[in-house]
Amino acid sequence: MTHSMIPGDLKGRKVILHDMCLRDGMHAKREQISVEQMVKVATAMDDAGVPYLQVTHGAGLGGNSLQHGFALASNEEYIGAVSSQMKQAKVSVLLIPGLGTMDELRSAYQAGAGSVHVATHCTEADTSPQHIACARELGMDTTGFLMMAHLNDPKGLAEQGKLMESYGAQTVYITDSAGYMLPADVKARVEALRNVLKPETEIGFHGHHNLGLGIANSIAAIDAGATRIDGSVAGLGAGAGNTPLEVFAAVCERMGIETGVDVFKLTDVAEEIIVPMMDHIVRVDRESLALGYAGVYSTFLLPAKRAAERYGVPARDILVELGRKKMIGGQEDMIDDTAMTMAKERGLLKAVAS
Amino acid sequence: MKKIKCALIGSGNIGTDLIYKIQRSEYLEPVWMVGIDPESEGLKRAQEMGLKTTAEGVDGLLPHVEEDGIQIAFDATSAYVHAENSRKLNALGVLMIDLTPAAIGPLCVPPVNLKEHTDKYEMNVNMISCAGQATIPIVKAVSQVQPVDYAEIVATLASRSIGPGTRANLDEFTYTTSNALTKVGGARRGKALAVINPAEPPMIMRNTISCLTDEMPEKQSITTSVLAMIREVQKYVPGYRLVNGPVFEDKRVTVFMEVEGLGDYLPKYAGNLDIMTAAATRTAEMFAQEMIEGTFKPQPVEVA
Repeated sequence: MTHSMIPGDLKGRKVILHDMCLRDGMHAKREQISVEQMVKVATAMDDAGVPYLQVTHGAGLGGNSLQHGFALASNEEYIGAVSSQMKQAKVSVLLIPGLGTMDELRSAYQAGAGSVHVATHCTEADTSPQHIACARELGMDTTGFLMMAHLNDPKGLAEQGKLMESYGAQTVYITDSAGYMLPADVKARVEALRNVLKPETEIGFHGHHNLGLGIANSIAAIDAGATRIDGSVAGLGAGAGNTPLEVFAAVCERMGIETGVDVFKLTDVAEEIIVPMMDHIVRVDRESLALGYAGVYSTFLLPAKRAAERYGVPARDILVELGRKKMIGGQEDMIDDTAMTMAKERGLLKAVAS
Repeated sequence: MKKIKCALIGSGNIGTDLIYKIQRSEYLEPVWMVGIDPESEGLKRAQEMGLKTTAEGVDGLLPHVEEDGIQIAFDATSAYVHAENSRKLNALGVLMIDLTPAAIGPLCVPPVNLKEHTDKYEMNVNMISCAGQATIPIVKAVSQVQPVDYAEIVATLASRSIGPGTRANLDEFTYTTSNALTKVGGARRGKALAVINPAEPPMIMRNTISCLTDEMPEKQSITTSVLAMIREVQKYVPGYRLVNGPVFEDKRVTVFMEVEGLGDYLPKYAGNLDIMTAAATRTAEMFAQEMIEGTFKPQPVEVA
């Protein structure tokens, strides 16, 4: 180990930052970011030295659907437009097996994607072998991405990460999709993974800021051995957003962690481009806090607010019920379903006679 | 009464559940179970339930087909080996009910198009996927009222009910189901999404079916058609239930269903298993009835 052995002293550690504004941020924009906006954001981040940018529909490849909404352009159009303008940054995509397919991965690669997060729920890694192998065959930087990681204990999560490594994943991510984890939860999971993965396999952390812990959790991850961190400039992402990347970069710089990004340039991107793009200020509010508090998939936020308006049941009640029923990423259909069932119980909606 | 003798190929969740369904049938009798692992739970259980077993794959069954009078085989292995299994058994005049995503033969959803296949005396019919069996009847119920441009389904399955074959080949599941939404469901375009949920206690299989109609949906006719179709499916899967909807929003029609199983092999949450095995059994029974009545005599298929 070349770094200091004093706990918490992270001076000299190298960390690869991965921006999520143009993928996770699509959730916060109801998938309505234009190709031109994407190119503008990506070019500015490329110039600020961000090494990886994720660019797709919020739900990734195959995401365009009634279930997850339709974006303004195809994934290939977004990827192609952005990747052709990059000087140093690599464009990545998200692929959730069961939603996206290998055909869509090949098509994204053709369009210019060089990296992929292959994502499964934190207990279902064995749904990803085809897709991880396919990404490696294409020569892509390949990550296994274990979502809703708070729903698996450190030992179980390590077994799942080991599976993804065995399929060919070069990095395994702990993904706090609900923004529920506390720093000690993150540390225990990174350590468990570090104990079982090969030394050359990297560990990443993807946080959500629903409890305001995006930065603290990312630092805890690095302390325990993670070398890749996802965030989004100005926090543009689902729920209360991702770990705000410009803030995180500044903290890293203060701690001596090397990210290679220009902090002031990133703060300019946040202030001048991202914040003016927001439809609502992405922050910890009553509903996004409920996500982190109840352990609910962050993407459920806006659909739950829409269901609340439609069926007259408060969004917070719907979100807490979804958490209680252990709904996971991809089950957006169950938001309206749950809202309707709750509305019937509260006498606000009548059942169809059968 | 005479029953048609059946072989079950594949000793996983689906093959094992099929034993129970077929043993209850008036027209079918399970005789052989074919596996590849002598230690598998499915083969042991089949033996306990009185079936003959082989752990040598389909080749272990072939010498016994004639003497044991096997006329129908259910294949619950994988898309990769189904073609060979089907070729070998068809050559001996055995009708194949294909529960893999191979889809060599025509796609079959009993309340939608089973009659067409029995009328044509097909020698191989494909059961698509559990999600297909659970959602295509609803798509058809809408598309028989008015044209559907796009059908999209989301199937959520309990993690414990999904075997290693499906897990390792999720893309095949997606492609096969999407294709069937158009070919059998009658939509112009189709898309299938699958979610595997590990919640404990396991959640009951859920399916959400959305259709985009060309013109504004005829609410009353569609609701009537959907409810009638649900009753048709309930004839062989009693736990096929409407939870919410139909919801009408502009040209979108959405129906929220759940499928509770009979709890034969896996517990009741695994409705995905039941709807597949029950549909396959119902399909086989329709053919078997004609075989018993003498109107359908399966012939060996010449190998090209």
